[in-house]
Amino acid sequence: MHMATTLTINGETKSFDAPPDMPLLWVLRDILGMTGTKFGCGIAQCGACTVHVDGKAVRSCVLPVSAVANRAITTIEHVGSTPAGAKVQKAWLDAEVVQCGYCQSGQIMAAAALLAATPNPDDSDIDAAMAGNICRCGTYVRIREAIKHAANGRQS
Amino acid sequence: MNAHNSVSRRALLTGGLAGGFLLAFHLPLRAAANEPVQRDVTDGKFAPNAFIRIDGTGRTVLMMPQVEMGQGTYTSISAVIAEELDADWSKVEVQHAPPNDKLYGNPTFGLQVTGNSNSIRAWWLPLRKAGATARAMLVQAAASQWGVEPASCTASKGVVTHAASGRTLGYGELALAAQGQTPPKDVAVKDPKDFVLIGQPLKRLDTPDKVNGKALYGIDAILPGMKIAAIANCPVFGGKVGKVDDSAATKVAGVRKVVVLDDAVAVIGDHMWAATKGLEALKIEWNEGPNAEITTKDIWDDLRKASQKDGAVAKSDGDIAKALASGDRFEAAFELPFLAHASMEPINATVHVRPDACEIWTGTQIMTRVQSEAAKAAGLPVDKVIVNQHLLGGGFGRKLEPDMAVAAVKIAKQVDYPVKVVWTREEDIQHDVYRPVYRDQITASLVDGKVAGWKYKVAGSAVLARWLPPAFQKGIDIDAIDAAVDAPYDFANFHVEYVRAEPLSVPTGFWRGVGPNNNVFAVECAMDELARKAGKDPIEFRKSMLTKNPRMLAVLNQVAEKSGWGQPLPPRVGRGVCVQPSFASFIATVVEAEIDDIGEITLRRVTSVVDTGIAVNPDTVKAQIEGGLIFGLTAALYGEITIDKGRVQQSNFHDYRMMRINETPKIEVVVVKSGEAPGGIGEAGVNAGPPALRNAIYAATGVALRRLPIDRKLLAAGKKA
Repeated sequence: MHMATTLTINGETKSFDAPPDMPLLWVLRDILGMTGTKFGCGIAQCGACTVHVDGKAVRSCVLPVSAVANRAITTIEHVGSTPAGAKVQKAWLDAEVVQCGYCQSGQIMAAAALLAATPNPDDSDIDAAMAGNICRCGTYVRIREAIKHAANGRQS
Repeated sequence: MNAHNSVSRRALLTGGLAGGFLLAFHLPLRAAANEPVQRDVTDGKFAPNAFIRIDGTGRTVLMMPQVEMGQGTYTSISAVIAEELDADWSKVEVQHAPPNDKLYGNPTFGLQVTGNSNSIRAWWLPLRKAGATARAMLVQAAASQWGVEPASCTASKGVVTHAASGRTLGYGELALAAQGQTPPKDVAVKDPKDFVLIGQPLKRLDTPDKVNGKALYGIDAILPGMKIAAIANCPVFGGKVGKVDDSAATKVAGVRKVVVLDDAVAVIGDHMWAATKGLEALKIEWNEGPNAEITTKDIWDDLRKASQKDGAVAKSDGDIAKALASGDRFEAAFELPFLAHASMEPINATVHVRPDACEIWTGTQIMTRVQSEAAKAAGLPVDKVIVNQHLLGGGFGRKLEPDMAVAAVKIAKQVDYPVKVVWTREEDIQHDVYRPVYRDQITASLVDGKVAGWKYKVAGSAVLARWLPPAFQKGIDIDAIDAAVDAPYDFANFHVEYVRAEPLSVPTGFWRGVGPNNNVFAVECAMDELARKAGKDPIEFRKSMLTKNPRMLAVLNQVAEKSGWGQPLPPRVGRGVCVQPSFASFIATVVEAEIDDIGEITLRRVTSVVDTGIAVNPDTVKAQIEGGLIFGLTAALYGEITIDKGRVQQSNFHDYRMMRINETPKIEVVVVKSGEAPGGIGEAGVNAGPPALRNAIYAATGVALRRLPIDRKLLAAGKKA
């Protein structure tokens, strides 16, 4: 059964028909055409689908769309307009973190949520916030470096 | 938006094989680089060959013959061309080349394939010549306009200068005139000391769009009227579809059509959610066929039996029988499991079959093979199949296969709209083309603390025999034995054999690191055990047999220093070394690991010293080694695909585990300066991790592991080999 649904995504109101149990991931990708959020596992094991709901990092592949009405959703397409997101994106490029890049939308969303909540994370904060995000290319060393770089706010 | 964003949707919609082994083997295929240069006359542009397009504004578009799957090749290939072209780097944009083996075939393979860490190795000279030729034509055009000798002009950053008269012309201004110039027959390339781009840690061209969601992978293709399909392949290898009851599935909201293929069933829906719900609602009876009872044990019983046979001799120096009859004898077998690729981007392909053509949107390592196989499936001539290449969300060898495109064509043939076929992670893991199981036996003898005889027999699948049949000759898979015949040590009596043993029912393919994965593991584990038998330090033991290999010796000396080799460590902490000659790079790696009392492993530190010849982009080399180490260490710690009742038992990241950031050690990679020709780097780090870790465990616990993945039960305190 489809239902008319309205969500606030990246500050814009979006209305569409979707089954209430449809995960937000597929609404974003297949209904709204926002492909920056990635499908990786479908069972909240890899973090490729991470978005922000009210500023917190969540796995959109297991999040029913009915659970996020009236919540503020932010995706990779818009995270650069938040202070933490912009810092993270810049640090990612400065540290040349990215390889294939497929997981990096999720990594950046997780890192931006971490920095928004914990401006100066230590290694264990980074581990706790980022361990849910798999990178098959193995960019973890640079992810850690970039998060610290973003936290220090150094400009290079 | 910057000048490099042509990798994004606009541009895309408009538009391990071996280190040593191929050096020693001439493929009977046409090498694209030997073809006459094609003049592609494009209106208003300077298009001196298949790779370079300069328009009137100086915008310089470089066509990429190799695909970008994270290894950084778009940037490195561009740097190689732009270096000799003396292009303005800030005006360089990249575009993926269309499928065309003749124009864009990798010179080593004669096929448009990205693999075996050989993009830069194969294209190093051809692309430098392509750049230098274009530069010469631009200089000729300027010189003739000025009525001066070309030799009196210089070029730099996209501008030709006649210093004597102080005149300059930009490449954009020269584009039309240059197009009319005759290309020089044999153009000189730069002396490496004059490089301005090669050797610099240039920022990657593909990364800005990868941090803001704009980069487009195959799975991101969106077309007007497109629907999404989810697929269920027969869970048993070789099985077929029997009966399908789709009465419940077709009632699922958003489901459009159920498509039954020979060996798979797909559900097409308005979105992936409808398609997967529809698939779950199907009742499928499979004809599982003759493989329905196969288990991992059957496969290993078979391989162990096959490995007892004599193999085809790949190399034999000295008198191996005599050498093995003397001294202290060592004998061991090393066993490696099936592995899945698990690229983060699950397998997918988007296809629109129209009455007169078939168009495909995907990210593949083998564009022309996708085109030709899709043509067969569509029943169309090859030139009616259009392949739109995308960025790859990881490849690792999985995307050297065209199966996903072929299945998508078969599905799309049954409807008149475009269909994006997306495999769930479960399908991706359970219907891979797996890294083969290998059994490597090494028999060696020690005399006076050195290896006197070395007999190495590799038994396993011949991936090349399937993938590139002409390369499989005399019963030898040159990939499977690549780094076995290429061992870096001075072995006077040296014998290598290969036994082809195809695993029951399980399809096998290339997996990042390819053949050297099994060879480097077996050789370096055996060397550590031999060192202990000889009563020597593992690095000193290796050094004594590297007297004819100065590049390897140098990186080994340097890694000993950088890793703190020999410095005291706490109990149950060990350092292990790996020396590898893979992909024409020389790499020495030390892993430091701690093993707790129940056998759990903590990676403390990894140090790699890399001599890859000229490092086109040293930062990319470092990144590839960092990532490759993690890829290999992940396999050593967790990687194993097992079979029961003819089907793969693992399904997703909960039971096919990946290393995560909290498990990642400090990694230091040192790239040494070298003037030698570039080696391969994308896969080399993968080879290093497992043997170096295994040897660290050996040092820490005394347990000589002979199989991967690492069995923690063998490592609990008090256990000995």
